[in-house]
Amino acid sequence: MLSNEHIKQRLIEKFNDQVYGFEEPYGTLTFEAPREMNLKVLNFLYDEEDLKFRFLTDLCGVHFPGQGEKELAVVYHLHNLEDNVRIRFKVFAPLSKPDIYTATGLFSSANWMERETYDFYGINFIGHPNLRRILNVDEMDYFPLLKHYPLEDQSRVDKDDEMFGRGGSIGFGTAKTDHGTVVEAEKHNAGEEKV
Amino acid sequence: MSEQHIKLPEGSIEKTTTTLNLGPTHPATHGVMQNILELDGERIVSAEQTVGYIHRAFEKIAERRPLYQITPLTDRLNYCSSPINNMGWHLTCEKLLGVQTPKRVDYLRIIIMELARISDHLICNSIVGVDSGAYTGFLYVMQYRELIYEIYEEICGSRLTTNIGRIGGFERNFNDIAFRKIEKFLDEYPRVLKEFENLFTRNRIFMDRTIGVGSISAERALNYGFTGPNLRAAGVDYDVRVHSPYSSYEDFEFDIPVGTTGDCYDRFLVRNQEMWQSLRLIRDAYQKVQEFKGAEADVYHADVPEYYLPPKQDVYTKMEALIWHFKIIMGEIDMPPGEVYNSVEGANGELGFYFISDGGRTPYRLHFRRPCFIYYQAYEELIKGSMLSDAIIVMSSLNLIAGEMDA
Repeated sequence: MLSNEHIKQRLIEKFNDQVYGFEEPYGTLTFEAPREMNLKVLNFLYDEEDLKFRFLTDLCGVHFPGQGEKELAVVYHLHNLEDNVRIRFKVFAPLSKPDIYTATGLFSSANWMERETYDFYGINFIGHPNLRRILNVDEMDYFPLLKHYPLEDQSRVDKDDEMFGRGGSIGFGTAKTDHGTVVEAEKHNAGEEKV
Repeated sequence: MSEQHIKLPEGSIEKTTTTLNLGPTHPATHGVMQNILELDGERIVSAEQTVGYIHRAFEKIAERRPLYQITPLTDRLNYCSSPINNMGWHLTCEKLLGVQTPKRVDYLRIIIMELARISDHLICNSIVGVDSGAYTGFLYVMQYRELIYEIYEEICGSRLTTNIGRIGGFERNFNDIAFRKIEKFLDEYPRVLKEFENLFTRNRIFMDRTIGVGSISAERALNYGFTGPNLRAAGVDYDVRVHSPYSSYEDFEFDIPVGTTGDCYDRFLVRNQEMWQSLRLIRDAYQKVQEFKGAEADVYHADVPEYYLPPKQDVYTKMEALIWHFKIIMGEIDMPPGEVYNSVEGANGELGFYFISDGGRTPYRLHFRRPCFIYYQAYEELIKGSMLSDAIIVMSSLNLIAGEMDA
């Protein structure tokens, strides 16, 4: 039986202290690695005969604002179908340079999942064959699931959700910085004209 | 003279293939999805998919909603079998909160989920018939889809996007009418399914249209992240109900039909056989539910005061119930922090919910692992080199539901 302990031992043997943050929330082994190592770890988990994590269940992004180097996360859920073991593998990247190597060479299912993560968080997958937006319109110029963007587009003037509690949609994401609102500040930082 | 004013796309005069836009609004695409096909005569050279026409930002909305307000979002993922999505969501919440549901609740959930699976497979298989030109099957089984929707209506009030169940169980006990309708379904449906099979399974035209069309090998299917009937048609017997049983599926005995070549005919047969197995599950679960007597027969939810609304007569008379009611409705219940991934066997495959909670009132991150989205990537590989009419049949046999693809 493939146990979490065994997987952890094999990972530590192979990568020493480059894999860390081992936890087992609700029975699923979870660990992290530096983002340059993501393909090495995925290939190791795929190739080894006693690990055999050959099914990519899920690939998604998470945003932890204010964490500096660990602001954007990409979470891989892998599944060993024969022994029925799942693990979760996370890599982190800063918001200023969100580059992560693509897993499409190993798993064809990562193609659209990485496009979705790019669409929502702006994570740049290096080597992806077709990295463009998939669910949102191509003209969208920001990455909506980042936490500093409000749920609704602030350009509507015909409704006011202030009475609906939980902050409504006015003022959320429109916090002022030196260069105007957060949205305008992003554009300024990206070198575009200030509106 | 006219060439100076018209700007043609690159290479459009030299190219020898035709571009066909199998556009988002098309009677043959089930839901809104676009395919831009390059055709050489009638053979497909390449295909490019565009999805996202029905993207409704569920994952962003879910970050601002307490748990029971996310259930209506999950309805609208695979809207042909929304009870399965609802139950999957409730099971994820129960895993996070550590709630144990009583057996009767589990068996009732199994009945509802299997009815939803039958409804979805019926839609898929009859639409495969419609796309190959045989309309009768679709219209004939519509009556039994209506009966399933009436069963949902007895329990939760809605027919299609059901918002059925609560964290810990159901909102009300199944009444006699619901049980009578389930019995009617169990009595009448086998004959209907047999007749539906007679229409298609050994039908010469149907077999010619679907055998060898859109086939995929097991290795490629696994690499593309296929799950559900599409993967089982390719030969891999992976079913979440057996691999990681939830909601007391381990108490029941059922078979997993597996195909060999992964073509459209195998997918059709696998779905038909799964409907027979679902009938078997419903019958067994129904018998087990009937065995509960006395006070046990009135159990329809677990004791989760933080998330399950107390009955109204208690709210008006007892203090604790009043406080819980207030806290639940005003959304002031904090969740335990943690991250959990839970999956159920949806009608299309493994529907997963990745839930990160930071101890607040709403999820920090909720991601839906949607099977349709993941296996639609393989569509180009499935249809390359085949005819345009095969592309239509492959699309409908994959059971692509736009709501689940885009979320």
